[in-house]
Amino acid sequence: MAGQVDLLYLGLTLISVFYLALIFVPMTFCLFKYRRGRPADRTPIRLKTWKVEIIWTIIPAFMMLGLFGWAADLYYQMERPPASALEATVVGKQWMWKIQHAEGNREINELHVPAGRTIKLTMTSEDVIHSFYLPAFRLKQDVVPGRYVTEWFRPTKAGSYHIFCAEFCGADHSMMGGNIIVMAPADYQTWLNTGRPSDNLVASGERLFRELGCSGCHAGGTIIRAPRLEGVYGKPVPLQGGQIVMADDQYIRDSILLPASQIAAGYANVMPSYQGRISEEQLFQVIAYIKDLGDKQSPEEGK
Amino acid sequence: MNATGPIKAMAETEKNYLTAGHTLGSWLFTTDHKRIGILYLLSILLFFAVAALAAAVMRIELLSPHGHLVLNETYNKLFTLHGVLMVWFFLIPSIPAVLGNFVIPMMLGARDVAFPKLNLLSWYLFMVGGVLVLYSILVGGVDTGWTFYTPFSSTYSNTHVITMATGIFIAGFGSILTGLNFIITIQKMRCPGMTWFRMPLFLWSLYATSLILVLATPVLAITLALMALERIWGIGIFDPKLGGDPILFQHLFWFYSHPAVYIMILPGMGVVSELIACFARKAIFGYEWVALASVAIAVLGFLVWGHHMFVSSQSIYAGMVFSLLSYIVAIPSAIKVFNWTATLYKGSISFETPMLYALGFIGLFTIGGLTGLFLAALAVDVHVTDTYFVVAHFHYIMVGGMVMGFMGGLHYWWPKISGRMYPEKLGQLAAFITFIGFNLTFFPQFIMGYLGMPRRYHNYAPEFQIYHVLSTAGASILGVGYLLPVIYLLWSLRRGKKAPANPWNATGLEWQTPSPPPVRNFETTPVVITEPYDYSTELDEKNAEVENA
Repeated sequence: MAGQVDLLYLGLTLISVFYLALIFVPMTFCLFKYRRGRPADRTPIRLKTWKVEIIWTIIPAFMMLGLFGWAADLYYQMERPPASALEATVVGKQWMWKIQHAEGNREINELHVPAGRTIKLTMTSEDVIHSFYLPAFRLKQDVVPGRYVTEWFRPTKAGSYHIFCAEFCGADHSMMGGNIIVMAPADYQTWLNTGRPSDNLVASGERLFRELGCSGCHAGGTIIRAPRLEGVYGKPVPLQGGQIVMADDQYIRDSILLPASQIAAGYANVMPSYQGRISEEQLFQVIAYIKDLGDKQSPEEGK
Repeated sequence: MNATGPIKAMAETEKNYLTAGHTLGSWLFTTDHKRIGILYLLSILLFFAVAALAAAVMRIELLSPHGHLVLNETYNKLFTLHGVLMVWFFLIPSIPAVLGNFVIPMMLGARDVAFPKLNLLSWYLFMVGGVLVLYSILVGGVDTGWTFYTPFSSTYSNTHVITMATGIFIAGFGSILTGLNFIITIQKMRCPGMTWFRMPLFLWSLYATSLILVLATPVLAITLALMALERIWGIGIFDPKLGGDPILFQHLFWFYSHPAVYIMILPGMGVVSELIACFARKAIFGYEWVALASVAIAVLGFLVWGHHMFVSSQSIYAGMVFSLLSYIVAIPSAIKVFNWTATLYKGSISFETPMLYALGFIGLFTIGGLTGLFLAALAVDVHVTDTYFVVAHFHYIMVGGMVMGFMGGLHYWWPKISGRMYPEKLGQLAAFITFIGFNLTFFPQFIMGYLGMPRRYHNYAPEFQIYHVLSTAGASILGVGYLLPVIYLLWSLRRGKKAPANPWNATGLEWQTPSPPPVRNFETTPVVITEPYDYSTELDEKNAEVENA
């Protein structure tokens, strides 16, 4: 992608140089030829102004459309993550980046990734708006509190690349950075295995699911009737009031923090809010667990 | 523009607007649009000086990657101060409130603006706002950046956000009243024969600017008020912890601030149209197109705010619509540049200081505009937004464009304002120094922006240092370019050659009254019978030959 962005940039530069020449060559010529006191033919020209105006309105207009299309198409590709990717979560806070790998490894201000694989980051912020900027990959995404945003890239060359925060976030904004460390796949595996925690993201999520009491209602054999979560992730959920929403990360997050806002059809509004009782990292773990449940068959369907 | 009727220069003994009263009260309670223009000139120069000083400290700081001159908090306060003062207290009032106030009524053949007392109220509101902003700096400053992004500004910042926002809020009402005054003045006070398409293009551009001032500024007031509600009483509007949406703030803020960008360039375009016509001795090529392009820019300018938010997490389809509209808004600007260039063809061009600034404007504005195409390109914007590329881009438009336009206009109308001529050679030298210094300051910023240098960084990666050093070197040259005119213009007030009524031999009714003008501008109301920019190149060439002989 970085190469394609550079190509578009080059295209824009060439068009700009062309325009600059189009304006400044004739201008310089006029400034010289028609400077006051220099004899020159100054008899007024007879010419239909509107014809000229139409020409220099229409031609740039088509050029603009072309540039728009080129850039929009590339942007569309950049914004759609591929289906299979290594996943990691990023939480921004004043003034650091906290990263969790699906395998459970955690880092701060560093992100180790293998070369040749697509990496997909799901990101949010604990406090103000930050922006996860990877200049080497020509990528930037604002990290907004209360929202999940994604960014993906495919590193090809081993090395260390800058992470910058690009949205002003307070006193140490310029210190909120770090490095992406791209490693050969084998080296990455070694890195992953050294200091690997016993629980991966899904296992941590499962533990939290019990500890926070979620399983009391959302798991089998309970008195309170709450929706079972097997087979929910990634599927449409009918809500009270007739809307249908997609059960994605954002929906699950909102259901945990603001349960009253979107109630699944057929269930009562009885769930307490977990706002303030669960951290952003823990939320990512619980979501990873519920996502994992998504691959399992719903017990109700199974009957 | 020739006019019939007895518009003879009035006797030298009659009092002009400068000699009509010498007390402080005669200035502070004046309703004369010319004096109010001078009041604005002095106040914006004060704000410019403070904001420029902040820029100077930042540029020195950035000489080293790990700045040791100021603390990080201080640096953040410096760029906030620089942005707030430059945008709201220098650029927005610069051409409209100073030059516009001074020349609009005279260009129209009127005695004053439609509501002279309201005009004075505008200045007082502006000053109350400005003083509040200066006060917020003295008691400790603000660190949010001029954009006040939430929830940082509404919840997290521990600085004097409310005081500064209140200052901007109050000054905004001054802007609204000025806009209203100009619209009604241009609409209702044109002298006999001054039809819409006989108006100088400066008036067209200020008419378009005033529309934006009236329609957009209230949205800024609302946005700042909502931010204050959340900050003071914790009413959840923007902070997700309180149930709000931080992106909503950006939509509201840019709904004002993008049109405001056009407030900061359209008047410059208007000045340049006057200067090109006068110093090329030609009617502006495609006059109607240039006039209507101003209106088109003002209207389309309201539809592109989302291009500031391509990476904010707004919908990608919204991003595409805003990108397309941003390309469309570039077209009327391009039309203007083409028409100015075509105006030079078969002209009789001379290179006095105002013309040098006008040519500098076209060059720098064109680069600023073309780099706007980079930023409107979605995939490129993802990389360069919030980097020095953006910083360079908007400085090319606002400093390279608007400030060059302001300086050009100030020199052009200086004989009318002060009754004295400025020293020509020094003027040309200053224009030249400004152009060189400006490019050296801001061109390296395009490069480091593309290389990934984020904006608003106090510490930065060492590979960017070379570009920062170049930029700081350029800024010191630019400083000389700005200081020089202050010195020689002040000098010219006493020592300058006395200016005739029409030193440039220009059309335009403001040149048909003595320099400096009498209080009432015209003894009798002028009547316009010719088209605008009724210059004759052949006649001028004959005169030039006679002079050379």
